[in-house]
Amino acid sequence: MLRLENVVKTFGGVVATDHVSLDFPDGSLSAVIGPNGAGKTTLFNLITGHLVPDSGRILLGDQDIAGMEPARIVRKGVGRAFQVASIFPTMTVEQALMAAVASHVHMSEHLLSAFPPPSVRQRAEELVELLGMGGVARLLCSNISHGDQKLLDIGLALALEPRVLLLDEPTAGMGPEERWQMIRTVRRLWEQGRMTLVFIEHDMDIVFEVSQTISVLRYGAVLAQGTADEIRSNPEVIEAYLGTENYEEQPA
Amino acid sequence: MTLLREFRRDIAIAVVAFLVLLAIGFGIDSPWPRDFLTSIFAFGLLAMSLNLLIGYTGLVSFGHAAFFAFGGYVFGLLLQWEGFTSALGGASVPLAFVAALIGTALYSLVIGAICVRLTEIYFAFLTLAFQMFLYSVILSWVSLTGGDQGLMGGIPRPPFLGIDLGDAHHRYAACALVFVVCVLIMRIVTESPFGYTLRMIRDNAQRAAFLGVNVTRVKLICFVVAGSIAGVGGVILALFTSGAYPEWAFWAQSGEAIFMIMLGGLNVFVGPLVGAVALRILNDVVQMYTSHTEIVIGLVILFVVLGLRRGLLDFARDWWVDRQQARLAAANREGEER
Repeated sequence: MLRLENVVKTFGGVVATDHVSLDFPDGSLSAVIGPNGAGKTTLFNLITGHLVPDSGRILLGDQDIAGMEPARIVRKGVGRAFQVASIFPTMTVEQALMAAVASHVHMSEHLLSAFPPPSVRQRAEELVELLGMGGVARLLCSNISHGDQKLLDIGLALALEPRVLLLDEPTAGMGPEERWQMIRTVRRLWEQGRMTLVFIEHDMDIVFEVSQTISVLRYGAVLAQGTADEIRSNPEVIEAYLGTENYEEQPA
Repeated sequence: MTLLREFRRDIAIAVVAFLVLLAIGFGIDSPWPRDFLTSIFAFGLLAMSLNLLIGYTGLVSFGHAAFFAFGGYVFGLLLQWEGFTSALGGASVPLAFVAALIGTALYSLVIGAICVRLTEIYFAFLTLAFQMFLYSVILSWVSLTGGDQGLMGGIPRPPFLGIDLGDAHHRYAACALVFVVCVLIMRIVTESPFGYTLRMIRDNAQRAAFLGVNVTRVKLICFVVAGSIAGVGGVILALFTSGAYPEWAFWAQSGEAIFMIMLGGLNVFVGPLVGAVALRILNDVVQMYTSHTEIVIGLVILFVVLGLRRGLLDFARDWWVDRQQARLAAANREGEER
Protein backbone atom coordinates (compact mmCIF):
# COMPACT_ATOMS: atom_id res chain seq x y z
CA MET A 1 0.00 0.00 0.00
CA LEU A 2 1.13 3.53 -0.74
CA ARG A 3 0.02 6.26 1.63
CA LEU A 4 0.93 9.95 1.81
CA GLU A 5 0.43 11.72 5.12
CA ASN A 6 0.50 15.50 5.28
CA VAL A 7 3.23 15.84 2.67
CA VAL A 8 4.46 19.40 2.13
CA LYS A 9 6.92 20.68 -0.48
CA THR A 10 7.69 24.32 -1.16
CA PHE A 11 9.95 25.95 -3.72
CA GLY A 12 10.89 29.35 -2.40
CA GLY A 13 7.55 30.88 -1.56
CA VAL A 14 5.53 28.58 -3.80
CA VAL A 15 3.71 25.73 -2.12
CA ALA A 16 3.88 22.96 -4.70
CA THR A 17 2.50 20.27 -2.42
CA ASP A 18 0.22 21.45 0.35
CA HIS A 19 -0.45 18.96 3.17
CA VAL A 20 -1.31 16.17 0.78
CA SER A 21 -2.74 13.01 2.31
CA LEU A 22 -3.68 10.26 -0.11
CA ASP A 23 -4.26 6.52 0.03
CA PHE A 24 -3.55 4.09 -2.77
CA PRO A 25 -4.63 0.62 -1.60
CA ASP A 26 -2.79 -2.51 -2.78
CA GLY A 27 -3.71 -3.50 -6.30
CA SER A 28 -5.75 -0.38 -6.99
CA LEU A 29 -5.87 1.60 -10.22
CA SER A 30 -6.02 5.31 -9.48
CA ALA A 31 -5.86 8.49 -11.48
CA VAL A 32 -4.47 11.85 -10.38
CA ILE A 33 -6.03 14.79 -12.16
CA GLY A 34 -5.78 18.54 -11.82
CA PRO A 35 -5.05 21.61 -13.91
CA ASN A 36 -1.52 22.38 -15.11
CA GLY A 37 0.63 23.40 -12.17
CA ALA A 38 -1.53 21.59 -9.63
CA GLY A 39 1.50 19.65 -8.42
CA LYS A 40 0.84 16.26 -9.99
CA THR A 41 4.34 15.61 -11.29
CA THR A 42 5.82 17.09 -8.10
CA LEU A 43 3.85 14.47 -6.20
CA PHE A 44 5.45 11.72 -8.30
CA ASN A 45 8.87 13.27 -7.81
CA LEU A 46 8.33 13.21 -4.05
CA ILE A 47 7.21 9.58 -4.02
CA THR A 48 10.15 8.44 -6.18
CA GLY A 49 12.74 10.33 -4.15
CA HIS A 50 13.62 12.81 -6.87
CA LEU A 51 12.49 15.52 -4.44
CA VAL A 52 12.64 15.46 -0.65
CA PRO A 53 9.47 16.60 1.14
CA ASP A 54 9.75 19.45 3.64
CA SER A 55 7.53 17.53 6.01
CA GLY A 56 5.10 14.63 6.10
CA ARG A 57 5.44 10.91 5.59
CA ILE A 58 5.32 8.73 2.50
CA LEU A 59 4.57 5.18 3.55
CA LEU A 60 5.22 2.17 1.36
CA GLY A 61 3.71 -0.67 3.37
CA ASP A 62 4.64 0.51 6.84
CA GLN A 63 8.00 2.01 5.92
CA ASP A 64 8.56 5.74 5.52
CA ILE A 65 10.38 6.28 2.20
CA ALA A 66 10.30 10.08 2.27
CA GLY A 67 13.74 11.48 1.46
CA MET A 68 15.38 8.16 0.51
CA GLU A 69 17.70 7.99 -2.52
CA PRO A 70 15.78 7.35 -5.79
CA ALA A 71 17.74 4.15 -6.45
CA ARG A 72 16.78 2.78 -3.02
CA ILE A 73 13.12 3.59 -3.49
CA VAL A 74 13.25 1.81 -6.84
CA ARG A 75 14.65 -1.25 -5.07
CA LYS A 76 11.70 -1.14 -2.70
CA GLY A 77 9.39 -1.62 -5.66
CA VAL A 78 8.34 1.80 -6.91
CA GLY A 79 8.62 2.03 -10.70
CA ARG A 80 7.96 5.09 -12.79
CA ALA A 81 7.41 6.21 -16.36
CA PHE A 82 7.82 9.80 -17.47
CA GLN A 83 5.73 12.47 -19.17
CA VAL A 84 8.37 12.75 -21.89
CA ALA A 85 9.46 9.18 -22.62
CA SER A 86 12.76 8.66 -20.82
CA ILE A 87 14.58 6.00 -22.78
CA PHE A 88 18.01 5.11 -24.20
CA PRO A 89 18.28 6.51 -27.75
CA THR A 90 21.31 4.54 -28.96
CA MET A 91 20.16 1.16 -27.66
CA THR A 92 17.63 -1.11 -29.31
CA VAL A 93 14.27 -1.68 -27.60
CA GLU A 94 15.37 -5.18 -26.72
CA GLN A 95 18.74 -4.05 -25.34
CA ALA A 96 17.14 -1.32 -23.24
CA LEU A 97 14.74 -3.81 -21.67
CA MET A 98 17.51 -6.34 -21.09
CA ALA A 99 19.69 -3.72 -19.44
CA ALA A 100 16.78 -2.70 -17.19
CA VAL A 101 16.14 -6.32 -16.24
CA ALA A 102 19.86 -6.80 -15.54
CA SER A 103 19.68 -3.87 -13.15
CA HIS A 104 16.65 -5.38 -11.45
CA VAL A 105 18.40 -8.70 -10.84
CA HIS A 106 21.50 -6.88 -9.50
CA MET A 107 23.75 -7.68 -12.45
CA SER A 108 24.57 -4.11 -13.50
CA GLU A 109 28.03 -4.40 -12.02
CA HIS A 110 28.96 -7.79 -13.47
CA LEU A 111 32.06 -7.06 -15.53
CA LEU A 112 33.10 -10.56 -16.45
CA SER A 113 30.13 -12.26 -18.09
CA ALA A 114 28.38 -11.93 -21.42
CA PHE A 115 25.40 -9.64 -21.96
CA PRO A 116 22.64 -10.64 -21.91
CA PRO A 117 22.66 -13.54 -19.45
CA PRO A 118 20.09 -16.14 -20.64
CA SER A 119 17.65 -15.50 -17.77
CA VAL A 120 17.73 -11.77 -18.49
CA ARG A 121 17.10 -12.30 -22.18
CA GLN A 122 14.16 -14.55 -21.40
CA ARG A 123 12.56 -12.03 -19.05
CA ALA A 124 13.09 -9.21 -21.60
CA GLU A 125 11.45 -11.32 -24.30
CA GLU A 126 8.46 -11.82 -22.02
CA LEU A 127 8.25 -8.06 -21.58
CA VAL A 128 8.47 -7.45 -25.34
CA GLU A 129 5.57 -9.84 -25.78
CA LEU A 130 3.58 -8.33 -22.91
CA LEU A 131 4.00 -4.87 -24.46
CA GLY A 132 3.26 -6.17 -27.95
CA MET A 133 6.51 -4.68 -29.24
CA GLY A 134 7.82 -7.76 -31.06
CA GLY A 135 7.88 -5.93 -34.41
CA VAL A 136 10.12 -3.13 -33.17
CA ALA A 137 12.28 -5.05 -30.67
CA ARG A 138 15.42 -4.72 -32.75
CA LEU A 139 14.92 -1.09 -33.72
CA LEU A 140 16.82 1.65 -31.95
CA CYS A 141 14.78 3.47 -29.31
CA SER A 142 15.27 6.68 -31.31
CA ASN A 143 13.77 5.08 -34.42
CA ILE A 144 10.41 3.96 -33.01
CA SER A 145 7.15 5.93 -32.94
CA HIS A 146 6.21 8.29 -30.15
CA GLY A 147 3.58 5.87 -28.88
CA ASP A 148 6.06 3.00 -28.82
CA GLN A 149 8.54 5.20 -26.95
CA LYS A 150 5.96 5.89 -24.27
CA LEU A 151 5.16 2.19 -24.11
CA LEU A 152 8.85 1.29 -23.82
CA ASP A 153 9.19 3.79 -20.97
CA ILE A 154 6.46 1.89 -19.13
CA GLY A 155 8.13 -1.39 -20.07
CA LEU A 156 11.41 -0.24 -18.51
CA ALA A 157 9.55 0.43 -15.27
CA LEU A 158 7.87 -2.99 -15.53
CA ALA A 159 11.28 -4.63 -15.81
CA LEU A 160 11.67 -3.84 -12.11
CA GLU A 161 8.53 -5.87 -11.28
CA PRO A 162 7.23 -2.92 -9.26
CA ARG A 163 4.66 -3.18 -6.48
CA VAL A 164 3.72 0.42 -7.22
CA LEU A 165 3.82 1.82 -10.76
CA LEU A 166 3.53 5.56 -11.35
CA LEU A 167 2.73 6.70 -14.90
CA ASP A 168 3.08 10.40 -15.64
CA GLU A 169 0.66 11.09 -18.49
CA PRO A 170 0.99 7.82 -20.40
CA THR A 171 -1.07 9.29 -23.25
CA ALA A 172 0.70 12.66 -23.53
CA GLY A 173 1.09 13.85 -27.11
CA MET A 174 -1.08 11.13 -28.65
CA GLY A 175 -4.10 11.29 -30.93
CA PRO A 176 -7.51 10.20 -29.58
CA GLU A 177 -7.40 6.70 -31.04
CA GLU A 178 -3.83 6.12 -29.91
CA ARG A 179 -4.78 7.29 -26.40
CA TRP A 180 -7.45 4.65 -25.99
CA GLN A 181 -5.14 2.00 -27.31
CA MET A 182 -2.48 3.03 -24.82
CA ILE A 183 -4.86 3.15 -21.89
CA ARG A 184 -6.25 -0.28 -22.75
CA THR A 185 -2.68 -1.58 -22.73
CA VAL A 186 -2.05 0.09 -19.38
CA ARG A 187 -5.18 -1.50 -17.95
CA ARG A 188 -4.18 -4.90 -19.29
CA LEU A 189 -0.69 -4.55 -17.77
CA TRP A 190 -2.29 -3.61 -14.45
CA GLU A 191 -4.62 -6.60 -14.52
CA GLN A 192 -1.81 -9.00 -15.36
CA GLY A 193 0.76 -7.46 -13.03
CA ARG A 194 -1.54 -7.09 -10.01
CA MET A 195 0.29 -3.97 -8.85
CA THR A 196 -0.79 -0.64 -7.45
CA LEU A 197 -0.98 1.70 -10.41
CA VAL A 198 -1.30 5.48 -10.25
CA PHE A 199 -1.46 7.56 -13.41
CA ILE A 200 -1.70 11.23 -14.26
CA GLU A 201 -4.13 11.97 -17.07
CA HIS A 202 -5.83 14.96 -18.65
CA ASP A 203 -8.47 13.20 -20.72
CA MET A 204 -11.56 13.04 -18.47
CA ASP A 205 -13.27 10.36 -20.54
CA ILE A 206 -10.30 8.08 -20.00
CA VAL A 207 -10.05 8.89 -16.31
CA PHE A 208 -13.71 8.19 -15.59
CA GLU A 209 -13.72 5.08 -17.72
CA VAL A 210 -10.75 3.19 -16.33
CA SER A 211 -9.86 4.33 -12.81
CA GLN A 212 -11.21 2.90 -9.57
CA THR A 213 -10.39 6.00 -7.57
CA ILE A 214 -9.61 9.52 -8.67
CA SER A 215 -7.62 12.14 -6.77
CA VAL A 216 -8.13 15.75 -7.71
CA LEU A 217 -5.33 18.22 -7.00
CA ARG A 218 -5.56 22.00 -7.11
CA TYR A 219 -2.85 24.49 -6.10
CA GLY A 220 -0.86 21.60 -4.64
CA ALA A 221 -3.64 20.50 -2.30
CA VAL A 222 -6.04 17.58 -2.48
CA LEU A 223 -9.48 18.79 -3.47
CA ALA A 224 -11.11 15.38 -3.43
CA GLN A 225 -10.43 11.66 -3.61
CA GLY A 226 -13.13 9.16 -4.53
CA THR A 227 -14.72 6.98 -7.17
CA ALA A 228 -15.66 8.30 -10.59
CA ASP A 229 -19.25 8.87 -9.49
CA GLU A 230 -18.23 10.66 -6.30
CA ILE A 231 -15.86 12.93 -8.21
CA ARG A 232 -18.40 13.63 -10.94
CA SER A 233 -20.98 14.75 -8.40
CA ASN A 234 -18.63 16.58 -6.03
CA PRO A 235 -19.75 20.21 -6.16
CA GLU A 236 -16.32 21.60 -5.33
CA VAL A 237 -14.70 19.63 -8.13
CA ILE A 238 -17.39 20.66 -10.56
CA GLU A 239 -16.93 24.27 -9.70
CA ALA A 240 -13.15 24.30 -9.51
CA TYR A 241 -12.08 22.02 -12.24
CA LEU A 242 -14.69 20.36 -14.37
CA GLY A 243 -16.71 23.48 -15.03
CA THR A 244 -20.27 24.09 -13.95
CA GLU A 245 -22.07 22.90 -17.04
CA ASN A 246 -20.58 19.80 -18.55
CA TYR A 247 -17.07 18.54 -18.04
CA GLU A 248 -16.97 17.06 -21.52
CA GLU A 249 -16.94 20.50 -23.05
CA GLN A 250 -13.74 21.36 -21.23
CA PRO A 251 -10.63 20.96 -23.30
CA ALA A 252 -8.76 17.87 -22.20
CA MET B 1 34.50 -21.80 -17.44
CA THR B 2 31.42 -20.08 -18.80
CA LEU B 3 33.37 -16.88 -19.47
CA LEU B 4 35.65 -18.70 -21.91
CA ARG B 5 32.68 -20.24 -23.68
CA GLU B 6 30.67 -17.02 -23.84
CA PHE B 7 33.57 -15.08 -25.32
CA ARG B 8 35.10 -17.89 -27.40
CA ARG B 9 34.86 -15.84 -30.58
CA ASP B 10 36.64 -12.83 -29.08
CA ILE B 11 39.23 -15.09 -27.46
CA ALA B 12 39.86 -16.79 -30.81
CA ILE B 13 40.31 -13.39 -32.47
CA ALA B 14 42.71 -12.35 -29.72
CA VAL B 15 44.79 -15.53 -30.15
CA VAL B 16 44.96 -15.03 -33.92
CA ALA B 17 45.85 -11.35 -33.46
CA PHE B 18 48.64 -12.31 -31.07
CA LEU B 19 50.05 -14.87 -33.52
CA VAL B 20 49.92 -12.34 -36.35
CA LEU B 21 51.73 -9.79 -34.19
CA LEU B 22 54.41 -12.39 -33.38
CA ALA B 23 54.74 -13.30 -37.06
CA ILE B 24 55.25 -9.65 -37.99
CA GLY B 25 57.73 -9.00 -35.18
CA PHE B 26 59.80 -12.14 -35.70
CA GLY B 27 59.34 -12.62 -39.42
CA ILE B 28 60.49 -9.20 -40.59
CA ASP B 29 64.19 -8.72 -40.13
CA SER B 30 64.09 -5.09 -39.13
CA PRO B 31 63.44 -3.37 -35.82
CA TRP B 32 61.04 -0.88 -37.42
CA PRO B 33 57.78 -2.92 -37.33
CA ARG B 34 58.52 -4.03 -33.77
CA ASP B 35 59.17 -0.49 -32.60
CA PHE B 36 56.19 0.90 -34.43
CA LEU B 37 53.85 -1.76 -33.05
CA THR B 38 55.19 -1.50 -29.50
CA SER B 39 54.40 2.19 -29.46
CA ILE B 40 50.96 1.33 -30.84
CA PHE B 41 50.51 -1.14 -27.97
CA ALA B 42 51.21 1.63 -25.46
CA PHE B 43 49.23 4.46 -27.06
CA GLY B 44 46.51 2.10 -28.26
CA LEU B 45 45.85 1.03 -24.67
CA LEU B 46 45.81 4.68 -23.62
CA ALA B 47 43.24 5.61 -26.29
CA MET B 48 41.10 2.48 -25.94
CA SER B 49 40.92 2.76 -22.17
CA LEU B 50 40.03 6.45 -22.46
CA ASN B 51 37.22 5.44 -24.79
CA LEU B 52 35.70 3.31 -22.03
CA LEU B 53 35.02 6.69 -20.43
CA ILE B 54 34.29 8.85 -23.49
CA GLY B 55 32.59 6.48 -25.92
CA TYR B 56 30.91 4.03 -23.58
CA THR B 57 30.06 6.16 -20.54
CA GLY B 58 29.92 9.69 -21.97
CA LEU B 59 32.55 10.96 -19.53
CA VAL B 60 35.03 13.16 -21.38
CA SER B 61 38.23 13.03 -19.35
CA PHE B 62 41.02 15.46 -20.21
CA GLY B 63 43.37 13.96 -17.68
CA HIS B 64 43.58 10.33 -18.67
CA ALA B 65 47.31 10.39 -19.47
CA ALA B 66 47.98 10.93 -15.76
CA PHE B 67 47.35 7.22 -15.20
CA PHE B 68 49.47 6.32 -18.21
CA ALA B 69 52.39 8.28 -16.74
CA PHE B 70 51.73 7.00 -13.23
CA GLY B 71 51.96 3.36 -14.36
CA GLY B 72 55.16 4.03 -16.29
CA TYR B 73 56.82 5.89 -13.42
CA VAL B 74 55.89 3.33 -10.73
CA PHE B 75 57.23 0.53 -12.91
CA GLY B 76 60.43 2.40 -13.79
CA LEU B 77 61.11 3.68 -10.28
CA LEU B 78 60.71 0.25 -8.67
CA LEU B 79 63.12 -1.39 -11.11
CA GLN B 80 65.66 1.44 -10.74
CA TRP B 81 65.59 1.00 -6.97
CA GLU B 82 68.47 -1.35 -6.19
CA GLY B 83 66.95 -2.65 -2.95
CA PHE B 84 63.92 -3.85 -4.91
CA THR B 85 65.76 -5.66 -7.69
CA SER B 86 68.45 -7.19 -5.47
CA ALA B 87 65.91 -8.50 -2.96
CA LEU B 88 63.52 -9.95 -5.53
CA GLY B 89 65.91 -10.90 -8.29
CA GLY B 90 64.10 -12.63 -11.13
CA ALA B 91 60.67 -11.86 -9.69
CA SER B 92 61.24 -8.12 -9.76
CA VAL B 93 59.90 -7.42 -13.27
CA PRO B 94 56.57 -9.23 -12.83
CA LEU B 95 56.18 -7.79 -9.33
CA ALA B 96 56.96 -4.26 -10.55
CA PHE B 97 54.29 -4.78 -13.21
CA VAL B 98 51.73 -5.91 -10.62
CA ALA B 99 52.71 -3.04 -8.32
CA ALA B 100 52.32 -0.53 -11.17
CA LEU B 101 48.90 -1.99 -11.99
CA ILE B 102 47.65 -1.96 -8.39
CA GLY B 103 49.22 1.45 -7.74
CA THR B 104 47.52 2.97 -10.78
CA ALA B 105 44.23 1.35 -9.79
CA LEU B 106 44.42 2.91 -6.32
CA TYR B 107 45.50 6.27 -7.74
CA SER B 108 42.57 6.27 -10.18
CA LEU B 109 40.25 5.19 -7.37
CA VAL B 110 41.19 8.30 -5.39
CA ILE B 111 40.98 10.68 -8.37
CA GLY B 112 37.82 8.99 -9.66
CA ALA B 113 36.06 9.16 -6.30
CA ILE B 114 36.46 12.92 -6.42
CA CYS B 115 35.71 13.43 -10.12
CA VAL B 116 32.88 11.07 -11.15
CA ARG B 117 30.23 12.90 -9.18
CA LEU B 118 30.70 15.84 -11.55
CA THR B 119 29.46 15.89 -15.10
CA GLU B 120 30.53 17.27 -18.44
CA ILE B 121 32.77 20.31 -18.35
CA TYR B 122 33.34 20.13 -14.58
CA PHE B 123 34.42 16.52 -14.85
CA ALA B 124 36.69 17.33 -17.80
CA PHE B 125 38.37 20.22 -16.03
CA LEU B 126 38.83 18.48 -12.71
CA THR B 127 40.51 15.50 -14.38
CA LEU B 128 42.71 17.96 -16.27
CA ALA B 129 43.59 19.75 -13.03
CA PHE B 130 44.64 16.50 -11.33
CA GLN B 131 46.74 15.57 -14.34
CA MET B 132 48.57 18.92 -14.26
CA PHE B 133 49.08 18.45 -10.53
CA LEU B 134 50.81 15.11 -11.19
CA TYR B 135 52.84 16.77 -13.96
CA SER B 136 54.05 19.46 -11.55
CA VAL B 137 54.95 16.87 -8.92
CA ILE B 138 56.99 14.91 -11.47
CA LEU B 139 58.79 18.08 -12.59
CA SER B 140 59.55 19.40 -9.13
CA TRP B 141 60.41 16.21 -7.25
CA VAL B 142 63.76 16.01 -9.01
CA SER B 143 65.47 13.69 -6.51
CA LEU B 144 62.90 10.96 -7.16
CA THR B 145 61.74 11.48 -10.74
CA GLY B 146 64.67 13.23 -12.36
CA GLY B 147 62.43 16.24 -13.03
CA ASP B 148 62.28 17.34 -16.64
CA GLN B 149 65.00 14.83 -17.58
CA GLY B 150 62.76 11.89 -16.73
CA LEU B 151 64.00 8.56 -15.42
CA MET B 152 67.48 8.45 -16.93
CA GLY B 153 70.05 5.68 -17.07
CA GLY B 154 67.78 2.92 -18.27
CA ILE B 155 65.48 0.57 -16.43
CA PRO B 156 67.11 -2.70 -15.31
CA ARG B 157 65.13 -5.78 -16.38
CA PRO B 158 66.36 -8.93 -14.61
CA PRO B 159 65.32 -12.03 -16.60
CA PHE B 160 62.49 -14.17 -15.25
CA LEU B 161 61.20 -17.60 -16.34
CA GLY B 162 63.59 -17.55 -19.25
CA ILE B 163 62.25 -14.22 -20.49
CA ASP B 164 64.81 -11.46 -20.89
CA LEU B 165 63.11 -8.14 -21.51
CA GLY B 166 66.48 -6.65 -22.35
CA ASP B 167 66.25 -8.65 -25.55
CA ALA B 168 64.30 -6.83 -28.26
CA HIS B 169 62.40 -9.93 -29.44
CA HIS B 170 61.47 -11.08 -25.96
CA ARG B 171 60.38 -7.58 -25.06
CA TYR B 172 58.24 -7.25 -28.15
CA ALA B 173 56.52 -10.60 -27.55
CA ALA B 174 55.84 -9.76 -23.89
CA CYS B 175 54.41 -6.34 -24.78
CA ALA B 176 52.24 -7.89 -27.52
CA LEU B 177 50.89 -10.45 -25.05
CA VAL B 178 50.10 -7.83 -22.41
CA PHE B 179 48.45 -5.64 -25.04
CA VAL B 180 46.28 -8.42 -26.44
CA VAL B 181 45.20 -9.53 -22.96
CA CYS B 182 44.27 -5.94 -22.00
CA VAL B 183 42.26 -5.46 -25.20
CA LEU B 184 40.47 -8.75 -24.56
CA ILE B 185 39.64 -7.65 -21.00
CA MET B 186 38.22 -4.36 -22.33
CA ARG B 187 36.22 -6.27 -24.91
CA ILE B 188 34.70 -8.50 -22.23
CA VAL B 189 33.97 -5.54 -19.96
CA THR B 190 32.21 -3.60 -22.73
CA GLU B 191 30.11 -6.60 -23.76
CA SER B 192 29.15 -7.51 -20.19
CA PRO B 193 26.03 -6.42 -18.28
CA PHE B 194 28.31 -3.74 -16.84
CA GLY B 195 29.18 -2.55 -20.36
CA TYR B 196 25.51 -2.11 -21.20
CA THR B 197 24.99 -0.28 -17.91
CA LEU B 198 27.68 2.15 -19.10
CA ARG B 199 25.69 2.71 -22.32
CA MET B 200 22.56 3.39 -20.24
CA ILE B 201 24.43 6.02 -18.27
CA ARG B 202 25.81 7.59 -21.45
CA ASP B 203 22.34 7.75 -23.02
CA ASN B 204 20.32 8.81 -19.99
CA ALA B 205 21.93 8.74 -16.56
CA GLN B 206 18.82 9.90 -14.76
CA ARG B 207 16.71 7.11 -16.18
CA ALA B 208 19.42 4.60 -15.31
CA ALA B 209 19.22 5.80 -11.70
CA PHE B 210 15.44 5.39 -11.76
CA LEU B 211 15.99 1.81 -12.91
CA GLY B 212 18.02 1.11 -9.79
CA VAL B 213 21.52 1.64 -11.20
CA ASN B 214 24.03 3.13 -8.77
CA VAL B 215 25.33 5.59 -11.35
CA THR B 216 28.18 7.00 -9.28
CA ARG B 217 29.56 3.60 -8.35
CA VAL B 218 29.33 2.27 -11.91
CA LYS B 219 31.15 5.36 -13.22
CA LEU B 220 33.82 4.93 -10.55
CA ILE B 221 34.38 1.26 -11.44
CA CYS B 222 34.71 2.28 -15.09
CA PHE B 223 37.14 5.05 -14.17
CA VAL B 224 39.34 2.62 -12.22
CA VAL B 225 39.31 -0.02 -14.98
CA ALA B 226 40.17 2.63 -17.59
CA GLY B 227 42.89 4.18 -15.41
CA SER B 228 44.48 0.80 -14.66
CA ILE B 229 44.64 -0.17 -18.32
CA ALA B 230 46.13 3.21 -19.20
CA GLY B 231 48.71 2.44 -16.50
CA VAL B 232 49.58 -0.82 -18.27
CA GLY B 233 50.04 1.23 -21.45
CA GLY B 234 52.52 3.38 -19.51
CA VAL B 235 54.39 0.27 -18.35
CA ILE B 236 54.74 -0.87 -21.97
CA LEU B 237 56.10 2.52 -22.98
CA ALA B 238 58.50 2.53 -20.02
CA LEU B 239 59.78 -0.90 -21.06
CA PHE B 240 60.09 0.21 -24.65
CA THR B 241 61.93 3.49 -23.98
CA SER B 242 63.73 2.13 -20.91
CA GLY B 243 62.72 5.27 -19.08
CA ALA B 244 59.79 7.47 -18.17
CA TYR B 245 59.29 11.10 -19.11
CA PRO B 246 57.22 13.96 -17.72
CA GLU B 247 55.60 14.66 -21.13
CA TRP B 248 53.58 11.49 -20.59
CA ALA B 249 51.74 13.34 -17.84
CA PHE B 250 51.37 16.57 -19.82
CA TRP B 251 47.89 17.60 -20.96
CA ALA B 252 48.92 17.29 -24.61
CA GLN B 253 49.29 13.54 -24.10
CA SER B 254 45.64 13.29 -23.05
CA GLY B 255 44.76 15.52 -26.00
CA GLU B 256 46.55 13.15 -28.36
CA ALA B 257 44.53 10.22 -26.99
CA ILE B 258 41.33 12.18 -27.62
CA PHE B 259 42.55 12.88 -31.19
CA MET B 260 43.06 9.15 -31.70
CA ILE B 261 39.50 8.45 -30.57
CA MET B 262 38.08 11.22 -32.77
CA LEU B 263 40.05 10.02 -35.77
CA GLY B 264 39.25 6.31 -35.42
CA GLY B 265 35.73 6.52 -34.03
CA LEU B 266 34.25 6.24 -30.57
CA ASN B 267 31.28 3.96 -31.20
CA VAL B 268 33.26 1.02 -32.50
CA PHE B 269 35.33 -1.03 -30.08
CA VAL B 270 38.57 -0.93 -32.09
CA GLY B 271 37.98 2.66 -33.30
CA PRO B 272 40.53 4.28 -30.97
CA LEU B 273 43.12 1.65 -31.92
CA VAL B 274 42.61 2.40 -35.61
CA GLY B 275 42.90 6.08 -34.66
CA ALA B 276 46.17 5.41 -32.84
CA VAL B 277 47.61 3.62 -35.89
CA ALA B 278 46.35 6.34 -38.24
CA LEU B 279 47.78 9.15 -36.14
CA ARG B 280 51.18 7.42 -35.83
CA ILE B 281 51.40 6.77 -39.57
CA LEU B 282 50.21 10.28 -40.35
CA ASN B 283 52.80 11.67 -37.98
CA ASP B 284 55.63 9.62 -39.52
CA VAL B 285 54.61 10.39 -43.10
CA VAL B 286 54.20 14.11 -42.49
CA GLN B 287 57.56 14.22 -40.76
CA MET B 288 59.24 13.01 -43.94
CA TYR B 289 58.08 16.15 -45.76
CA THR B 290 57.84 18.92 -43.23
CA SER B 291 58.71 19.77 -39.67
CA HIS B 292 55.32 21.48 -39.22
CA THR B 293 53.66 18.18 -38.33
CA GLU B 294 51.17 19.66 -35.89
CA ILE B 295 49.55 22.00 -38.38
CA VAL B 296 49.10 19.22 -40.96
CA ILE B 297 47.66 16.83 -38.36
CA GLY B 298 45.40 19.60 -37.11
CA LEU B 299 44.06 20.09 -40.63
CA VAL B 300 43.41 16.36 -41.02
CA ILE B 301 41.51 16.26 -37.74
CA LEU B 302 39.56 19.34 -38.77
CA PHE B 303 38.59 17.54 -41.98
CA VAL B 304 37.49 14.42 -40.11
CA VAL B 305 35.49 16.36 -37.54
CA LEU B 306 33.87 18.86 -39.89
CA GLY B 307 33.80 16.80 -43.09
CA LEU B 308 32.89 13.31 -41.92
CA ARG B 309 31.53 14.60 -38.59
CA ARG B 310 32.70 11.39 -36.94
CA GLY B 311 35.61 8.99 -36.78
CA LEU B 312 36.55 6.67 -39.65
CA LEU B 313 34.98 3.53 -38.19
CA ASP B 314 31.93 5.41 -36.86
CA PHE B 315 31.28 6.40 -40.44
CA ALA B 316 31.22 2.79 -41.54
CA ARG B 317 29.19 1.70 -38.52
CA ASP B 318 26.52 4.37 -38.97
CA TRP B 319 26.12 3.46 -42.61
CA TRP B 320 25.65 -0.18 -41.69
CA VAL B 321 23.30 0.50 -38.76
CA ASP B 322 21.15 2.86 -40.85
CA ARG B 323 20.70 0.23 -43.52
CA GLN B 324 19.90 -2.50 -41.01
CA GLN B 325 17.40 -0.24 -39.18
CA ALA B 326 15.68 0.74 -42.42
CA ARG B 327 15.32 -2.93 -43.33
CA LEU B 328 13.86 -3.81 -39.92
CA ALA B 329 11.47 -0.84 -40.00
CA ALA B 330 10.27 -1.85 -43.46
CA ALA B 331 9.72 -5.43 -42.29
CA ASN B 332 7.75 -4.14 -39.32
CA ARG B 333 5.53 -1.94 -41.51
CA GLU B 334 4.82 -4.86 -43.82
CA GLY B 335 3.95 -7.02 -40.82
CA GLU B 336 1.49 -4.40 -39.58
CA GLU B 337 -0.19 -4.00 -42.94
CA ARG B 338 -0.83 -7.70 -43.28
